[in-house]
Amino acid sequence: MVTSAVNHYFRSSIGRKQLVAVTGLLLCGFLVSHLTGNLLLLVSSDAFNLYAHKLASLGGVLYLIEGVLTFIFLLHMGLAIKLTSENIQSRGKYEMKKKTGRGTTFMSQTMPFTGLMLLVFLILHLKSLKFGTMYEVTIDGIVMRDLTRTTIEYFASVGNTVWYVVAMVAAALHTAHGFSSAFQSLGWNHPKYYRNVKYLGYLYAVTIAGGFAFLSVWCHMKGA
Amino acid sequence: MSSQNMSLNLKIWRQKGPKAEGKLVDYRVDNVSPDMSFLEMIDVLNEQLVRKGEDTIAFDHDCREGICGMCSMTIDGKAHGGFKNTTTCQVHMRLYKNGDTIVIEPFRAMAFPIVKDLTVDRGAIDKVMIAGGYISANTGNAPDANAMLIPKPIADEAMDAAACIGCGACVASCPNGSGMLFMGAKISQLALLPQGKAEAPKRALNMVQVHDSLNFGNCTTHAECEATCPKGISIEHIARMNREYMKAAFTYYEKKNAGGGV
Repeated sequence: MVTSAVNHYFRSSIGRKQLVAVTGLLLCGFLVSHLTGNLLLLVSSDAFNLYAHKLASLGGVLYLIEGVLTFIFLLHMGLAIKLTSENIQSRGKYEMKKKTGRGTTFMSQTMPFTGLMLLVFLILHLKSLKFGTMYEVTIDGIVMRDLTRTTIEYFASVGNTVWYVVAMVAAALHTAHGFSSAFQSLGWNHPKYYRNVKYLGYLYAVTIAGGFAFLSVWCHMKGA
Repeated sequence: MSSQNMSLNLKIWRQKGPKAEGKLVDYRVDNVSPDMSFLEMIDVLNEQLVRKGEDTIAFDHDCREGICGMCSMTIDGKAHGGFKNTTTCQVHMRLYKNGDTIVIEPFRAMAFPIVKDLTVDRGAIDKVMIAGGYISANTGNAPDANAMLIPKPIADEAMDAAACIGCGACVASCPNGSGMLFMGAKISQLALLPQGKAEAPKRALNMVQVHDSLNFGNCTTHAECEATCPKGISIEHIARMNREYMKAAFTYYEKKNAGGGV
């Protein structure tokens, strides 16, 4: 019975959505560290490059972190796609339902779309920045990648900046629902503080997505 | 609010049987008193159909006082009409105006196959109940009301969950056709009380397993169920079910030779 209960957990509706919740919250944590790093762009070009260099020189540890992050992301995405396709099945053939206006929000209804948008964004983002043009710069006698230049050059284009801001709007919508929903899925709902968890989710969404979007516009102004 | 009788245009889902194709059919019903309930209005229409020798509209109903959970219509796209804390039988015609067009469909969800017209088979809910929505200890005759004292806040919380009448509006209103609010209410109610606590882990495991094996979807916290529930049951009970289930999945085990003896 012991094993069968745990086995069922990972196949059950509740178990899988709790995994989506945990991985989602971990990804939320990743975004905080990512944004914190990016904010070094505001300090100086060298500060950002030194930070990137420091990360890159972690070597094996960095690969391990990237591996874990990729695993978290794939788990989040894979389970979400599976659960969504099941939900479409359960909805039935006729979609004549109207909403009461007291339940669903625009954010909750668009979760699959904003999620897929973020996937497309992530692929393009890695391609054009992490695996983008390689420049070199020497700071204090150390040769390192000039990631600042790659970034500024990328955002010099209006199209790239607009797409980035649009993707950040999707990120804001996705996390605004996802953040509090994750707590609900994990069973952390309380008549007193759940409202605050919701507001915290909105605050998180606006701060993080707003922060990234601001930096992209800032880079655009600097590069153009 | 008018006391004048009204004439209404109805678009009602007609479907001959489970396998048949259904469609919305236009009806007109006159002389509807604002004091009538929604079901009485359909009774009037059915009387008209009988007089014309047509097939009457099949719909579920029983107590007509909002406690049995039998009535199950989707009115203007919303389960039970989408009025706050109201079952279909408690919707009154005074909420409508002369000349209104009302669209009436059955509950829409994969888990609830249509039997005929507005009647659906909600047996899936019973299957989830059979999986553990009870206590198996023999409690004998009804005990004295104050024999087992339960703190008021806990008794209130359990009562809020126990208000569920199993009508299935949560499933019908859920964009994912999920049975989580119903199941959450049952698991929550029994887990809160001493009589139900003993079997709480096994109950959570069994009920969730059966729920998942039927045509129910998964919860994505739209909270449309909470908005539609005629008994105003909160999704806090879904959260309690989530933690009951998680706890059970990781800690529950059965001893092989429990009981001892020679």
